Amino acid sequence: MSDATETNEPLEPTGGSAGGRHVRVVLVDDHRMFRTGVQAEIGRTEETGVEVVGEAADVDQAVTVITATRPEVVLLDVHLPGGGGVEVLRRCAPLMSDAEQPVRFLALSVSDAAEDVIGVIRGGARGYVTKTITGTDLVNSVFRVQEGDAVFSPRLAGFVLDAFASTDAPPVDEDLDRLTQREREVLRLIARGYAYKEIAKQLFISVKTVESHVSAVLRKLQLSNRHELTRWATARRLV
Amino acid sequence: MPWAAGRVNIGGMPEAAALPVEDPRPPRKLYRSSDGRWLGGVARGLAGHLGLPVIWVRLVFVGLFLADGLGALLYASFWFFVPLGVGGVAGQRPPSLVSTETSPDGRRRLVARKPDKGQIVALLLMVVVALVFVGNVNLGDGAKAYLFPTVLVGAGVALVWRQADNARRARWAEVGGRRRTLSLLRAGGGVLLVTAGATAIFVLQGSAAHLGSVLQAALAVLVGITLLAGPYLVRMTQDLSEERLMRIRAQERAEVAAHVHDSVLHTLTLIQRNAESPNEVRRLARAQERDLRAWLYKPEGTGKDEADEPDTLAEAVRRSAAEVEDKHGVPIEVVIVGDCPLDERIGAQMQAAREAMVNAAKYGGEGGAVQVYAEVEGKKVFVSVRDRGPGFDLDSIPADRMGVRESIIGRMERHGGTARLRAVPDGGTEVELEMERAEKTS
Repeated sequence: MSDATETNEPLEPTGGSAGGRHVRVVLVDDHRMFRTGVQAEIGRTEETGVEVVGEAADVDQAVTVITATRPEVVLLDVHLPGGGGVEVLRRCAPLMSDAEQPVRFLALSVSDAAEDVIGVIRGGARGYVTKTITGTDLVNSVFRVQEGDAVFSPRLAGFVLDAFASTDAPPVDEDLDRLTQREREVLRLIARGYAYKEIAKQLFISVKTVESHVSAVLRKLQLSNRHELTRWATARRLV
Repeated sequence: MPWAAGRVNIGGMPEAAALPVEDPRPPRKLYRSSDGRWLGGVARGLAGHLGLPVIWVRLVFVGLFLADGLGALLYASFWFFVPLGVGGVAGQRPPSLVSTETSPDGRRRLVARKPDKGQIVALLLMVVVALVFVGNVNLGDGAKAYLFPTVLVGAGVALVWRQADNARRARWAEVGGRRRTLSLLRAGGGVLLVTAGATAIFVLQGSAAHLGSVLQAALAVLVGITLLAGPYLVRMTQDLSEERLMRIRAQERAEVAAHVHDSVLHTLTLIQRNAESPNEVRRLARAQERDLRAWLYKPEGTGKDEADEPDTLAEAVRRSAAEVEDKHGVPIEVVIVGDCPLDERIGAQMQAAREAMVNAAKYGGEGGAVQVYAEVEGKKVFVSVRDRGPGFDLDSIPADRMGVRESIIGRMERHGGTARLRAVPDGGTEVELEMERAEKTS
């Protein structure tokens, strides 16, 4: 449902061929039914370019499988037995920062709760999409993460805007604790359901520039040690 | 939504079940009254139960008291057997330590008040009257000598028993921990009084010479009993608290089960029945998802009834989106940044936004979800509604279709806001509504 809006390039034709791109993916989710569904939807390697190299149902399994297969992208559920997605991120931290062949995480969850969303992003995930996303959009998001870019859903963008706006306290670190005007504009358009391409047209900038703005926001979100962020997320358990 | 009613009730259930005391209309059952009582709340509770003025009941007790102390015996047994509760007669009661008050949500709450001097005076007065009365009655010298110690013991017992009542009441009213020292003092005082009375009786019996050894023996027996019964007591308390925990857990599970049954199962049944119409199925599933999310992630205490009028922007936007979604079967994604109370202008904006959502769902729903974004930034409230439909040009709309012109643009402009319709570069239409908040209401 949030489908087209979650996407970054919704109108780009992706059906038919993988277009030469290829990515190795591990699925981490405790619902077998969901894993099967995702596998069926995006796992046809010759069409989508996605190769599912492993699956895991809990934290321990996930860490083992990820370490063994070294995928490029991990689709990570937020709620997992054994500590949740955040725990997987924590234990895989060395793999994430690997310079040669980094493992990147894309959080995938039914939860829209702010603390979950902000939690995994601050744990190191490169993006957050809800499970209602369509297969095409998910494939696009996976490739975007593989390239090291960030994937923001409209809701995540809304959370970030809210979190960075909801304080009058002076920033501790000017660089990390504030969004620039441009970043705010970009986030606002994401929250309004614009795809990156549409944002680029709207703001008369290139898609690459949009991507770099979003990545900058992600960095701020992960590195800013303003405790308002965490506090805000816990205080606001609303959907 | 036929299942909505069921769900709303569930939301309200746990509170009511956890605090039966707050039930606005409890079944008529005899309780001792904790409000405005003088001693144990027996007279007040009885009066409430029988529907008589308190003073009558008190007079009857005093009268019976004169008949060989029968009243005292009755009163004591009532105090012993009847549980403390909230109730008794309302009105014309003296200000008491704790009283019920009707809070804005229509529930009765226990509210702590300052202790009343009159209550203490009444207690003292009763003791004095009793002393005088017993003094006047001819009991014979032997019995008379024991009178004072007996009264002492009685006073000590009364003190400790009232203490127990207070402890129970404090559980409901959550009277702060400040009273802990006070209650300890009271318990200590009660024990002291009882001990003094008992000792006096011993002394009067003429066994004063053996007092030391008797006390020692008593102490030894006490220690022995404690050693024997101690482990059992500890076990019992642990079992009790464990059982309480289990009960709470069972209650929670029952609540979840009730919710699942009332809403989720209901929806699944409806979905099976409507399996041949995908739109209906989508609508049902979406409505259920929304319900479930609201139930799962809603902070406790804000479980508002659906029937309530929304009073903040976020609520109003969500409500409109939910209604449009239900009516037109098109998913609407809502993202809200910030929040503010509704005023007249924002109310108009909300109506315009709703109109825009309806339009988007009607004419642009095939392209995918409708995206609604609302942001409060200082005094400015911005709402955008975007669809991914074929898009349309305002100028090419026939003049007779007044929907957009009147209900969106016209409404916004009348209230001092602006509305903009535009085509999104890659397809779809976006409606942007901007409004200044009327005044600082917070």
